[in-house]
Amino acid sequence: MKKTITMTVNGQIMKAEVEPRTLLIDCLRDQLGLSGAKVGCVVGKCGACTIILNGLTVKSCMMFAVQADGAEIMTIEGLAGDGELHPMQQAFTDKSAVQCGFCTSGMVLTATQLAKDHPNASEEEIKDAIGGHICRCTGYVAIVDAIKEGCKRMSEQQG
Amino acid sequence: MRPAEFEYHESRTVEEALSFLQLRGDEGVKVLAGGLSLVPMMKLRLAQPAHLVDITKIPTLSYIEESGNGGLRIGALTTYAAVSGSELVQKRCPILAEVTGILGDPQIRNVGTIGGNISNADPASDIGPMALALDVEMGIAGPQGRRTVKAADFYVDLFTTALDAGELLVEIVIPPLPSQTGFSYTKLNQRRADMGIVNAFSSVTLDGDIVKDVKVTVGAVAATPVRALQTEKILKGNVLTDELIVEAANAAADGIKPETDVHATAEYRTEMVKVLVKRTLTQAVKRAR
Repeated sequence: MKKTITMTVNGQIMKAEVEPRTLLIDCLRDQLGLSGAKVGCVVGKCGACTIILNGLTVKSCMMFAVQADGAEIMTIEGLAGDGELHPMQQAFTDKSAVQCGFCTSGMVLTATQLAKDHPNASEEEIKDAIGGHICRCTGYVAIVDAIKEGCKRMSEQQG
Repeated sequence: MRPAEFEYHESRTVEEALSFLQLRGDEGVKVLAGGLSLVPMMKLRLAQPAHLVDITKIPTLSYIEESGNGGLRIGALTTYAAVSGSELVQKRCPILAEVTGILGDPQIRNVGTIGGNISNADPASDIGPMALALDVEMGIAGPQGRRTVKAADFYVDLFTTALDAGELLVEIVIPPLPSQTGFSYTKLNQRRADMGIVNAFSSVTLDGDIVKDVKVTVGAVAATPVRALQTEKILKGNVLTDELIVEAANAAADGIKPETDVHATAEYRTEMVKVLVKRTLTQAVKRAR
């Protein structure tokens, strides 16, 4: 039996009609048209489906859409400002940390969360933070550099 | 790879969840907490419940409190991130903060619950060896009321616990930790977010150079976490030396018959038990001093 759920996604109230077994990632991509979060491994290992749910990074392939009824969600689509990239997105671009791009949306969201909690994150903390993401292009060196740079820019912007 | 159809039920209280389990238990019901083990199993159709009871919105199951005697009471739905970030846990039971802080990855720690981990009873669980060594008690709610079961009796078999079909794990009780005691946990894995191919936990209580008390547990080598009783026997009451630690660690492999699977052969696991037990014993001793 289908259920109607209401979520605040990237600041907008959105409704969707879902079966209980519909995964949150499938609802976001197929029903709400937000294809920024990717379907990678579908078993919670690769992190490509990472979104921010009620302020916390989660893997959206590991939960059902019905569980997100009433939740506040941010996907990568909600990160950039008016025609301007978020500092973390800009850092990924500047440091050439995007190869095929499949892992990027998840990596960037995780990185913005890290920057909020640890503005001066060490290399070790960065590596730990992205422990739930896999980059199959193996571009980790550039990604870690980009996150370091993004953290710096985010704290400068706030300070 | 998507789950089969099921009916979804959201419980707002423990009583509501229990009455549902009671009413529809024979139709195939699974309890949904963090879902990190259950959801993949449903995708693989290894689990195909007709009903799913979502308990994640029961507000009374997420808490960390001091118990009267210096221990801790933790609600079953408390996430790993909440446990590892809790100042109270860091003060009262730092090893629990450490283990829940390295378990999985940030996204997993934001969602996964301590009660879900324990109820699922995965033999490779990071919590299992610690629960057994610390003599953790499980608070269980059921149709007949509350009861408690110690970790040693709770883990029954592979993915099987002392929980009856109509029962729910609601609380984890950590007893007060002994003084002059060091604790250490480690696991062998390929990626830092992975579960262990072998897990080991040691608790060493020292009186000068004499081992007053010791508990050593290993995971992922049997259906449940197990105590390395021979290792404990070699150490207990004796003067600590490097040679004794090696002898005791090697004995941890005695009587263990791990399985061969895609992650490792039985032989490799057996060897690694010795290595990891030695590492945890060495670190626990250092911390106890």
